[in-house]
Amino acid sequence: MDGLVTAAARLRAAKRAKPATASRPVFPFSAIVGQEEMRGGLLIAAVEPLVGGLLALGDRGTGKSTTIRALAALLPEMQVIEGCRYGCDPAQGCGEPAGCTVPEGKHRSHAAPVPVVDLPLGATEDRVVGALDLERALAHGEKAFEPGLLARAHRGFLYIDEVNLLEDHLVDLLLDVAASGENVVERDGISIRHPARFVLVGSGNPEEGELRPQLLDRFGLSVEVKTPTDLATRIEVVKRRDAFERDPEGFCARYAPEEAVLRARILNARACVADVAVPDAMLEAAARLCIALGTDGLRGELTLIRAARARAALDGVNELGVAQLRAVALPALRHRLRRSPLDESAAGTRVERGVLEILGA
Amino acid sequence: MDDAAHAAAIFALDPAAIGGVVLRGGPGPVRDSWLSALRALIAEAPLRRIPANVPDDRLLGGLDLAATLATGRPVAERGILAAADGGVIILAMAERLPAGTAARIGATLDHQRVSVERDGFALDAPARFGAVALDEGEEGECAPVAISDRLAIHLTLDTLTEFPDVELDAAWLLLAQSEDEPAIIEALCGAAMALGIASLRAPILALRVARAAAALGGRARIAEEDAALAARLVLAPRATRIPEAPAENEPEPPPPAPPQDADENPATPPPDQPESDAPPPDRTQAMQDMILAAASAALPANLLARLGAQMASRARQGAAGKSGAQRMEKQRGRVIGTRAGEPRGGARIGVLATLRSAAPWQRLRGAAPGRIAVRREDFRILRFRQRSETTTIFAVDASGSAALNRLAEAKGAVELLLADCYVRRDRVALITFRGTQASLALPPTRSLTRARRALSGLPGGGGTPLATAMDEAMTLAEAERRGGRTPVIVILTDGRANIARDGSAGRPKAEADALDAARPLRAAGIATLLVDTAPRPQEFCRRLAAASGARLVPLPQANSTSLNRAVQAATA
Repeated sequence: MDGLVTAAARLRAAKRAKPATASRPVFPFSAIVGQEEMRGGLLIAAVEPLVGGLLALGDRGTGKSTTIRALAALLPEMQVIEGCRYGCDPAQGCGEPAGCTVPEGKHRSHAAPVPVVDLPLGATEDRVVGALDLERALAHGEKAFEPGLLARAHRGFLYIDEVNLLEDHLVDLLLDVAASGENVVERDGISIRHPARFVLVGSGNPEEGELRPQLLDRFGLSVEVKTPTDLATRIEVVKRRDAFERDPEGFCARYAPEEAVLRARILNARACVADVAVPDAMLEAAARLCIALGTDGLRGELTLIRAARARAALDGVNELGVAQLRAVALPALRHRLRRSPLDESAAGTRVERGVLEILGA
Repeated sequence: MDDAAHAAAIFALDPAAIGGVVLRGGPGPVRDSWLSALRALIAEAPLRRIPANVPDDRLLGGLDLAATLATGRPVAERGILAAADGGVIILAMAERLPAGTAARIGATLDHQRVSVERDGFALDAPARFGAVALDEGEEGECAPVAISDRLAIHLTLDTLTEFPDVELDAAWLLLAQSEDEPAIIEALCGAAMALGIASLRAPILALRVARAAAALGGRARIAEEDAALAARLVLAPRATRIPEAPAENEPEPPPPAPPQDADENPATPPPDQPESDAPPPDRTQAMQDMILAAASAALPANLLARLGAQMASRARQGAAGKSGAQRMEKQRGRVIGTRAGEPRGGARIGVLATLRSAAPWQRLRGAAPGRIAVRREDFRILRFRQRSETTTIFAVDASGSAALNRLAEAKGAVELLLADCYVRRDRVALITFRGTQASLALPPTRSLTRARRALSGLPGGGGTPLATAMDEAMTLAEAERRGGRTPVIVILTDGRANIARDGSAGRPKAEADALDAARPLRAAGIATLLVDTAPRPQEFCRRLAAASGARLVPLPQANSTSLNRAVQAATA
């Protein structure tokens, strides 16, 4: 066994010499094969945060979390007020509850990456909403607020993998904050509110247990992620993954131009999304579609129009058309249909049928 | 070297990239020798054993209470996952791993980092490790898919293995220079598809295993034998169907186009013949045939039986053993306050409340400045509110002529109940009985998707083994009760029991057995609903209901809606 042990010892030494994994490059967004619906949905959310989050449900090993992490690397940087704990926007003033020391308009700002914050499983509520800074409380007797994950996600994305395994009350809390854009903390003798505008992204596998429906329709978009079933696509996925693993830096460099193009497209779409015209005929078509499908409330229509407008901005057109409505109908509506347990056909099929009837082929 | 020895060496070469090994089989010298060989191979790298009921603060890290109290300020403790960085974790009794724990470990395997946001701490540490899942599952139990999907090698050990010396460092250098292998990738993907393996992780992991095997063999490129080994270790154990024999002489007709409306049925298997439009080059084809042949030869003999068991086990995930269930009750739900108590047995300490209760006494206790003297009586633990979950167990008589109708209505009722359960997060199970036996058609689940899948195409006809069915329902009810849920049994029958427990036909004995099986239900106090579906109310059903303490509901035209209403009334 002697030779075996020494060989292994040398191996360990060789391994330690490998660079640390901390700054591991991320698989590029534009190198992801397939998954059009999910990628499209994320781009829409990046352009128009008001669509209200995205839920990705699907098979195992389809790269749901890879796609979201890839988005983090793709997003253009944003300007933040220097020294602001919440990373506030200099154009909008600081939301720091205690008030900024620098008077408004004289903030110094710097570029920072858009936060894509992971909510790890097993996270406790105090870390999510923020809590009393225990250390300062104990050491100096000060009652100071330590911001949580919600503060960190401000102006960015909050990602929950395996959202169906998260405790219900935590999901409710996240959805509440995501909808109101503000985190209100009343605990440990602290009373504070701070801005927390973020896009909630959840992913999960329905085999692990389905989400409650009232939770489902609070996500703006719902996309399905499927394992590709044609061989050519599957081979391409494995090839790119393998190429990335063998040479991450080189792989990312190869996709850098495409990433830059996509980044520019997002920036451009953000700049012009507000100017996209929505003709009355399109509003009417959206309403007719929602009525035909029997979606609850107005949220469906609103999301449909907002998502379609973002899509138009991404497509580089200045007027919302049928093509955009058709493109976003499925993710915007499939989770809003009233459940009919005895209707065997999947919600997706029902939406497709409705789209065909109302918007035409 | 045989496959088991290869597996150990391949895994030890780069544990994190291979993901790990699922070791099937019970404890014993065979497994021990494999594990000690692995230990020798990974040398001084950390090796951590994780029990199935590991609490989050141990697994992920959290507040180190002892150190916190000793120093008077919060001190974080590293969890097992972070401590295993650069090494290997061993998951004992992996089949018992709760879904939440499996998901946490799975996420760490993916990111190779563990991040924790708990108890006032934010920790982020590298956690690059491989996992060995010891799967001791008997029939119907196996390691959670969230774990096994990420571990490349699935191994069933049956004989003692010879472990020759392996040169790992030379192999490591070769591995670092591995090149593009398009033909191998295409062949592995094709073989995976022919074997009905949906997850894309399988071909990716198979490729890594083949690369490691080549490096261990002193080769810079993957040879046929390496690909064949990867097929045996990675692809064959994941197969969900037996591939058609590769055509020798005449080429197969082109495959039908893959279904466009895959929406309809997510389980649609990929088309049988994996070739894409452009026929792959000869080498790819030959390689794929070889890989497929290797995998086919290694297919477990009882493939189909095992698939059924895996499906059942998937459904049972999360229902851990007794200890796990009790622990969960102390850990889950909404925090509604704190109470005095010891933070043990999985109860979570309310740090602030504890410190708060200790604080006023500090001067009296003579604590040094900057320190807080906390005593046992200060401990506060968190209180959680968790509604007790209900599991509704349907036992449906699938015998005789009315069976089909009854089954259809039971299915409808199950679905209605599940739709309603969304709000309450309850579970539903279905036992059907016919011929001489009762079988669990749908293990306890809250997933409507899974229920629909399990309920489509249940067979009907044959005798009525009522006693066996009630035994089965009782067993399941007790299991659910141990899991901390409240079981409710709903029996749908016309009461014409004619098969006894021992499988013999004959009404008197069958009825006596059924009454005998009914009594434990009453003794255990399990809420039971007996739905008499006969055209006229049956005297025997009345007796059965009396013996089991069940509510009797005559529903000659039992339809799913009225059934659902009756169940709701019974469980309210």
